[in-house]
Amino acid sequence: MRLATCSRISLLTLLATLMLAVNPQAHASESATRASEFKLSNGMDVVVIPDHRSPVVTHMVWYKVGAADEVLGKSGIAHFLEHLMFKSTDKIPVGEFSKIVNRLGGQDNAFTGNDATAYFQRVAKDRLGKMMEMEADRMVNLRLDEKEVLTERDVILEERRSRIDNNPSALLDEQMNAALYLNHPYHKPVIGWYREMAQLSRQDALDFYKHYYAPNNAILVVSGDVTDDEVRKLAEATYGKIPANPDVPSVRHRPGEPPARVARRLVLKDPRAGNYLMQRYYQAPSYVTAKPGEAEALDLLMKIAGSGSTSRIYKKLVVEQKLASSAGGDYSGYGLDGGTISLYGISADGVPLEKVEASIDAVMADIVKNGVTEQELARAKNSYLADYIYDSDNQATLARRYGWNLAVGRTVAEVEAWPTNISKVTTDDVKNAAAKYLDIKDSVTGYLVPDQSGVAQVDDLPPPSSSGVLR
Amino acid sequence: MTAFSRAAAKVVRHAARFGIASALPALALLFVVSISHPAAAMNIQKVKSPGGIEAWLVEEHSVPLLSLRYAFDGGNSQDPPGKEGLANFITAMMDEGAGDIKSEDYQQRMENIAMRMSYDDSKDSLYGSFETLTKNRDKAVELLKLSVQKPRFDTDAVERIKQQLLANLAYADKDPDKVAMREWYAQAFPNHPYGRSANGTQETVAKITRDDLVDFHKRNFARDNLKVVAVGDITAAELGKILDDVFGGLPAKADLIPVAKTSPVDGGSQKIVEMGVPQSVAVFGLGAMPRKDPDFMTAFVVNHILGGGGFSAKLMEEVREKRGLAYSVYTYLQPYQHATILVGSVATKNASMAESLSIIRGEMKKMAQNGPTADDLQAAKDYLTGSYALRFDTNSKIASQLLGLMQEGFGPDYVENRNKMIEAVTLEDAKRVAARLLKPENLVVTVVGKPTGMNAAATPPVLQPAVAVPGRG
Repeated sequence: MRLATCSRISLLTLLATLMLAVNPQAHASESATRASEFKLSNGMDVVVIPDHRSPVVTHMVWYKVGAADEVLGKSGIAHFLEHLMFKSTDKIPVGEFSKIVNRLGGQDNAFTGNDATAYFQRVAKDRLGKMMEMEADRMVNLRLDEKEVLTERDVILEERRSRIDNNPSALLDEQMNAALYLNHPYHKPVIGWYREMAQLSRQDALDFYKHYYAPNNAILVVSGDVTDDEVRKLAEATYGKIPANPDVPSVRHRPGEPPARVARRLVLKDPRAGNYLMQRYYQAPSYVTAKPGEAEALDLLMKIAGSGSTSRIYKKLVVEQKLASSAGGDYSGYGLDGGTISLYGISADGVPLEKVEASIDAVMADIVKNGVTEQELARAKNSYLADYIYDSDNQATLARRYGWNLAVGRTVAEVEAWPTNISKVTTDDVKNAAAKYLDIKDSVTGYLVPDQSGVAQVDDLPPPSSSGVLR
Repeated sequence: MTAFSRAAAKVVRHAARFGIASALPALALLFVVSISHPAAAMNIQKVKSPGGIEAWLVEEHSVPLLSLRYAFDGGNSQDPPGKEGLANFITAMMDEGAGDIKSEDYQQRMENIAMRMSYDDSKDSLYGSFETLTKNRDKAVELLKLSVQKPRFDTDAVERIKQQLLANLAYADKDPDKVAMREWYAQAFPNHPYGRSANGTQETVAKITRDDLVDFHKRNFARDNLKVVAVGDITAAELGKILDDVFGGLPAKADLIPVAKTSPVDGGSQKIVEMGVPQSVAVFGLGAMPRKDPDFMTAFVVNHILGGGGFSAKLMEEVREKRGLAYSVYTYLQPYQHATILVGSVATKNASMAESLSIIRGEMKKMAQNGPTADDLQAAKDYLTGSYALRFDTNSKIASQLLGLMQEGFGPDYVENRNKMIEAVTLEDAKRVAARLLKPENLVVTVVGKPTGMNAAATPPVLQPAVAVPGRG
């Protein structure tokens, strides 16, 4: 899915970096191994990524649970719990977690996606042990006070208003996801449906916490000015002391998708829309679910077709035909149960969205029929390999790349084999991937239409009191 | 991310340094204000090219990358009246062809060598960012040089980018956060370039022509208003050559329109811009002391305690943590060249905006009257000094930090002394400066949405917080 992560505090910088995490495979290595991994005796995975240029570290704990693991009727509980993790434990007074981190010169935050939830601190290296101590403590000792929970619930409702309800293109995205997945929980927004969020309780949060938060369902990632030995020693003294929880589900099993019979289409008319926007999402495999090489081929396909002003879609629609003021596409291959291909175009003045859509379809149909050129493919590969080197400048980016991949069950070796696998992709692979996955039956097409007579489509009512589902 | 943000990405990218930053909550903003530095041993060299161009350099040979950050003083304050959005326009045109190379070819060449180049504008400067892999450096520098000295501004590219900018404006006009920020500046700085819309309006951008771009380039891209920082896999001698190559051919002197010193209007005002959204967005702010004022650093610390310190800040505590009124509430101190402001924002459902603003005013007043506690001050100092190194852990962050210092007229030694300046702030200083800085009666407030119980004209009374503050000491 698209960037359906929600974090505790709205840092746009975090969003920007998440976009990198969103496509973690798009940044792997030339050949050198850069991370090492080991396991604690309680089953917690550990990844260490050294970078000794600056005396700071990024410390992350990833839980292999996200919004797609929520039970029916409790949408938003994964993200709500993420907020509540900052409340208190036996050792940490209410609301003090971040203040303690700050006082140690650190910055902290957390975010939730469909498949993973992550907590992190960035801090001077000599504070790493204290961070691990605090993070290990709240892994099992969270305390929630009823009043704190209700206040924080108001906060996530405000967060929903900020991210979704105030923004018609976010509402369109939400509606399209709901239509794209007929049965799989990826059809819910990560932040939750308003009416269900408004009913989430302390007990719901604690149930989710006890079910999923345990060392054997978590991954520790440390990047920066540390060595394996230092991390191992500190991790054993903190996380290592927590017993494994044998009741945590070892297999992540979500409802699957039935075969799609028909393409879905929807139009959102909203007086708050500024532009005529068309977008299309296709269900596609992810790096986890794809056959070997297919996800890499999809990454390269969408780089060539839709990334930036040198892409085929931009050149055709924006430069040549002048049908769109901007247009492009993307592949997101990081999901546990699948990925998506997306296409979009914003109409140039007065151009009907149908024309924009038809032209984008023609660009993609041409690739399905004739493939891409060797030159385009070489350039796209080159560009991904360069991204990898650029990414090695940023320890936080590296930590997110490894963390996200391991959280969806991939291995360090798979992450680091990515550049090799990218370089193996042929023009035939790209053509075949396009032919196979640009199937209109597996898609949803959405239009956003500025309409002054429309009513802003916002749901901020509590559910009717007779609602039986939620009781 | 939604498809729309992808759509806007081309231009948003250019706005990254200051534009987006102004929408960021506290923690991120501290980086932008660029007031600080780490204990890490970082060797900052002052380099002077054979042709006389100065730069700061940090050599870092462990990653085969070079980052350049540079700035031309001027920025969107230089937009001619009626042509607002021109500086922003030019930032989107710098990779649209240069020398003999047309747009598509230029971008293709950039991609072939994985060169990264982007620009953005602020009120006082145009910022350039350039990154290359060591192995492609010569080719990348050649492309950069052409772009800096000979951008083409072909009319077809101008028209295409114009359509994109107009589409972005149409989007921004409906975005409550963006409208609130734009309207706040208009309200705070009437009759001054700072009060004009930085990205222009549909009307002004539509009027911008190729000639305007050529003229703006000629007046703003010069050697005497240039600052450059380089970080990465390069020696001082190599850098010297690049500086002459890329910037040596520019005019010696920029031809800038003078901009007057100013400050936000006093006396307090409140404006409501009606928009049919479920959550109102407010921007609030007032004038502050200039960057070189002896009280600036203390003001920076006071702001951190009030609204700049994320979950450690009073506003977050009172508005979000205690009452659940907002997801985001923050303030930051922004020193522009011709004015300094303390500005903040809060977003809350329409029914809670009046209450949220009352709490914010109340907290400001309390801080002005009593100052922070000794514990608050110590906590702020601990964070600000302890986290300074986090601003220097990547090449590109180092380059941005140093460029900020250079622009503010500091030397490389600032990095070593900065934590001492924070440590030197006393409780008495903090109390005095809080009283000098925080005058809720002067707040300029802009609200976008459909807030209930608010009167556009009147300044509402300050309410005391409804909940007692336990353990404040």
